[in-house]
Amino acid sequence: MKSQKNKNMLATIMLLVFFTVLAILILIPIYTIFLASFKPGGDLLQYGLNLGIDWSRMSFDNYVLLFQGQHEYWTWFTNSIILTVITVVATLIVSAFVGYGFAAYEFKGKNALFIVVLIILSIPLEVVMLPLYKQLTGWGMMDSYVAIVLPFVAHASTIFFFRQYLQGLPKSLLEAGRIDGATEYGIFFRLILPIMKPAFAAMAILNGMNAWNNYLWPLLVIRDSKKYTLTLGLNTLINPYGDNYSLLVVGSFFSIIPIFVLFVCFQQYFIEGMTAGAVKE
Amino acid sequence: MKKLFYSQKIAPYVFVLPFVLTVIFFWIFPIGNGVLLSFQDVLKDEWVGLGNYKRLLSDKIFLKAVFNSVKYMIGTLVLLIPFPMLFATLLNSKLMKKPGFFKSIYFIPALTSVVVGGTIFRLMFGEMETSLANQVIGALGLDAIKWLKGQWTSYFALLLLACWRWTGVNILYFLAGLQSISTDIYEAASIDGASKWQQFIKISFPLLKPTTVYVMTISIYAGLSMFIESYMLWKGNNSPQNIGLTIVGYLYRQGIEKRAMGYACAVGLILLIIVMIINMIQLKATGTFDKEKR
Repeated sequence: MKSQKNKNMLATIMLLVFFTVLAILILIPIYTIFLASFKPGGDLLQYGLNLGIDWSRMSFDNYVLLFQGQHEYWTWFTNSIILTVITVVATLIVSAFVGYGFAAYEFKGKNALFIVVLIILSIPLEVVMLPLYKQLTGWGMMDSYVAIVLPFVAHASTIFFFRQYLQGLPKSLLEAGRIDGATEYGIFFRLILPIMKPAFAAMAILNGMNAWNNYLWPLLVIRDSKKYTLTLGLNTLINPYGDNYSLLVVGSFFSIIPIFVLFVCFQQYFIEGMTAGAVKE
Repeated sequence: MKKLFYSQKIAPYVFVLPFVLTVIFFWIFPIGNGVLLSFQDVLKDEWVGLGNYKRLLSDKIFLKAVFNSVKYMIGTLVLLIPFPMLFATLLNSKLMKKPGFFKSIYFIPALTSVVVGGTIFRLMFGEMETSLANQVIGALGLDAIKWLKGQWTSYFALLLLACWRWTGVNILYFLAGLQSISTDIYEAASIDGASKWQQFIKISFPLLKPTTVYVMTISIYAGLSMFIESYMLWKGNNSPQNIGLTIVGYLYRQGIEKRAMGYACAVGLILLIIVMIINMIQLKATGTFDKEKR
């Protein structure tokens, strides 16, 4: 019996060692950019990213540049926050509305329409990107945030998640609402929305993360550098002129922080949002 | 009219209306337009019938892009399914302490944008002897490599970037799958004398099939439509001998950089057809069509 216990102990230690090593490997890239945020931007160009620490060359200069220098970083940062908030609020309300329609009612064409949800769920945006770009240019919507948000507010995977979440809803709740004289829409806004809070949290995080990190579609849509989001702006810093690399490295590191803080506070919702699609009933 | 709007018969259609409009305006219109454009030479403003498609089939650069995308997809399938599955099983074991802590750490790379992650990897795989990748092989006694100029070394960098970003997420998927398997099965097996390895092969692996199919499908889509990773690693859409060019990269080059919208739309439609075929196979295999009829 005792040897079994020792064996288990050994297994536990081996597992811990293995997963700690894996954790360190995974954190190395972030650690290198964290270190680089204290090194002169020119070093990055000359030496690349590495784990070297030379205390005599490290300083807070990049952070001074970030907070006090002449550049558009904070405009991009604000734009990203605005765009992320708009995207999350609009997507959640519209998608919940649609998801509820699928979960609460039986109607003609429902199954066919739901198959369309599943199909769209799996078409990469890249496939329709060009004609969509051409179409929205024709509608005069280029260079506006509307063009970034509007095509995706009725968001297939978010609709799918809300529909699954509301599927188990007791129909008696709806009946009770009707008897109380609420309209069909009143039931959704007054009775259903309040009980969807956990589902909203998971989807807010998932959509928020995607909006904050979105790159390809905004790259096509936005022209004016005053409207750049953080990812677009950071990418313009990649040409190595002036102090660009200093700002690139400190700005890149700093752009992870808002999401990271949210992650630490709302971990459970991140995980729920991410794995929502995988476990279907 | 107002009464009709509020009736129980019409309400469901009002609820799904935003989705129907989205499908019509932002999916069917563009795809329809894309089909029409793919039969045109937009620069010369003339109809060319199947010309664009014929040209694509003999376009060496396009075939290279397809080869690169498929190669990348296969690499991610080989690396991002078995290993996360194994890691999740180990994390799920009773002997493991603090699995939640590790789970969170592994998730962190998924929080970064491809722009930031790609830039980090480009600089880690720099040509200079002092870049991290060259320091590592230097410690093994090897000479510095121009990582992003060689076909296979850059493939390695791309795959490492993919593994870095997605291992943690896939572990989460498999953990969610494992937690839906009843522990009784494992107990019964262990009473019958099955080793941990046998339990993994005979119980976990088959019962994880729905999760595996899901992860496989999203990996196939993501792999085939990969673009920004390569765009970041090579600081743009041009890599030496097109070693980093992907299908979507070629679509972007033709449509946006060269303004050959018709030709680019043909590329997009070929990708759409490939994706739809895979999609149909997957929906059929998992029985989604039947389930919805219920």
